[in-house]
Amino acid sequence: MSLIRYQTPELSTWTPFVGLSNLRDEMNRLFDLSAPALGAREDRLLGLWSPPLDVFQDKDHIFVKCELAGLKKEDIGISLHENTLTISGERKQEREVKEGDGFRSERFFGRFHRSVSLPVPVRPDHVKAQYRDGILAVTLAKAEEAKPKQIEVQVS
Amino acid sequence: MNTLTQTAQPAATNRAANGAARRVATVTPVANIHETAEGYILEAEMPGVGKDEIEVTVENGELVILGRRADKELPGEPLYRESRPLDYRRVFDLDPSIDSGKIKAKMEQGVLILTLPKAEEVKPRRIQVTD
Repeated sequence: MSLIRYQTPELSTWTPFVGLSNLRDEMNRLFDLSAPALGAREDRLLGLWSPPLDVFQDKDHIFVKCELAGLKKEDIGISLHENTLTISGERKQEREVKEGDGFRSERFFGRFHRSVSLPVPVRPDHVKAQYRDGILAVTLAKAEEAKPKQIEVQVS
Repeated sequence: MNTLTQTAQPAATNRAANGAARRVATVTPVANIHETAEGYILEAEMPGVGKDEIEVTVENGELVILGRRADKELPGEPLYRESRPLDYRRVFDLDPSIDSGKIKAKMEQGVLILTLPKAEEVKPRRIQVTD
């Protein structure tokens, strides 16, 4: 004997085309993405936020750039521990959100956390960070031993 | 459906709109749209775009947002890259109830905030009951 009464599936409320326009948007965005950005997108689908991060270098510096639109400067934290740079923070929803008044909601609000292991040792006392136009740019000075050195070859 | 619904804007229609075979790759910025009593608020994320690099145009009932990235390259060679050095573009259909002459735009740390007021005649209005 079944303990749960059989319920008629609610066929009448099934509307097959609702959500199709969303699907189309999602597909368009999927084709927009390049392969490395897909990982970030998957995190997003899982409800996590993984802002895109770039690492560049020149002779003396390592540059780390992170796309963080719409945060407050004081809500961003940067730390360096054993040559791993960690950027974390929180995007806060400033407006009061009422149920039903937002009909397109794609932005992510909440906490994020990104760590990157730096390719060469850096000087912990020479880290600069700037936040402008929604881009966080961290400049790190390479440690002396990590810099390329010209070695004079003595020919006798 | 609703106002401000996004127009299908894949690369193919981009090309058609330009009238040329040149295909310009752009990124679609994520956006939130809220409705208030006065109108709509649209927020679009465009990190790397300053206030002088944004273009908002209204033409034929379409709202076009175009943001040019000023920070396409960092000094030095890339070691690891997730961001895309492309401009942002997105097109929305404008609801006829929006007073397109009164649209205001501002940039806040890479987020474009557009205020789209409704025309006076469509705003909710309290009607006094007379005796």
